[in-house]
Amino acid sequence: MKRALLFLPLVLGAGLFFLFNQMLGHDPSELQLARKDQPVPVFSLPDLHQPDKLITEADLKGRPMLVNVWATWCPSCRVEHPYLLKLAREYGVTIVGLNYKDEREAALRWLVELEDPYAISVFDEEGRLGLDLGVYGAPETYVIDAGGVIRYRHVGVVDEKVWQTVLAPLIESFGS
Amino acid sequence: MIVNLKIHLASLPKLGLSMCLMLASLNCFAIEPYEFPNEETRDRFQQLTYELRCPKCQNQNIADSNAPIAQDLRREVHRMLMEGNDNVEIVDFMVERYGDFVMYRPPFSAQTFALWTLPVVLALLGIGLAVRMGRGRRSQTVENDELSGEEQERLQALLRQSPGSGPARDS
Repeated sequence: MKRALLFLPLVLGAGLFFLFNQMLGHDPSELQLARKDQPVPVFSLPDLHQPDKLITEADLKGRPMLVNVWATWCPSCRVEHPYLLKLAREYGVTIVGLNYKDEREAALRWLVELEDPYAISVFDEEGRLGLDLGVYGAPETYVIDAGGVIRYRHVGVVDEKVWQTVLAPLIESFGS
Repeated sequence: MIVNLKIHLASLPKLGLSMCLMLASLNCFAIEPYEFPNEETRDRFQQLTYELRCPKCQNQNIADSNAPIAQDLRREVHRMLMEGNDNVEIVDFMVERYGDFVMYRPPFSAQTFALWTLPVVLALLGIGLAVRMGRGRRSQTVENDELSGEEQERLQALLRQSPGSGPARDS
């Protein structure tokens, strides 16, 4: 029994090393998605392009999609933007833009200047939908399945690597 | 507006008192001025904003954080207080959206079991080990110092056998 105890530090060390490896690449400040596997919260917000038209949670159903939270005050969103165009145009991904706590005029100018990857653009001026989703910064990208259920959130810029390794497999697994 | 202040020495205490009263009436805990119907609600606002973590600046509560999300959450807490929600409902609202992490004091559940108990367990383990090691060392030295009867005889025999090597004998 005493002999066996001598292996304890080795076992503990190996265990800790394994845990350490798992955590590499993880941002420790990233929050868990509280709304995982829950339907998109009920909302009613104006369309960014047509203020009189209202968009609701019912519009976020029918096919798997990405909801991209962005704003003109967010520099990373600008970095991410060209890739979103590629996703929408070359890969045929449905992306809904959630313009978060922004100014309508500035947002519209941005989309004209940098082009518009969004199938639908929601204007969340006060961040109400953002708050109900659990948004705590920008950019964030949510994966919604065809039934309107929130499946995943990516915090930060979406690029080719994120798409290929994380988002694409998810979207595929939820079919169309 | 030009204010003409003539400060006389004798009126300084009065001035000091009036300034203190003025400052005390300000809500120095919120960054935006929020109105409350009574002191109890104001206290609850303070209590809640101190206990909720800012999701962005995670080492601050939403009372202290300047992050936009903290402002939004303070606004929500205020709105919910004004609409008559109790503290549990308000905290639940936040946890539904941001998870358990938004509470400064994590709940005691199956997932946080290790978080709560591990420090105590490790401390007890450590103390146990320290005691065990301390006792072990003491008993070892006591044993080694005393020679058994048999060993004592062997020592004497060895000393008798080699007169030139070894320490001088007493007779």
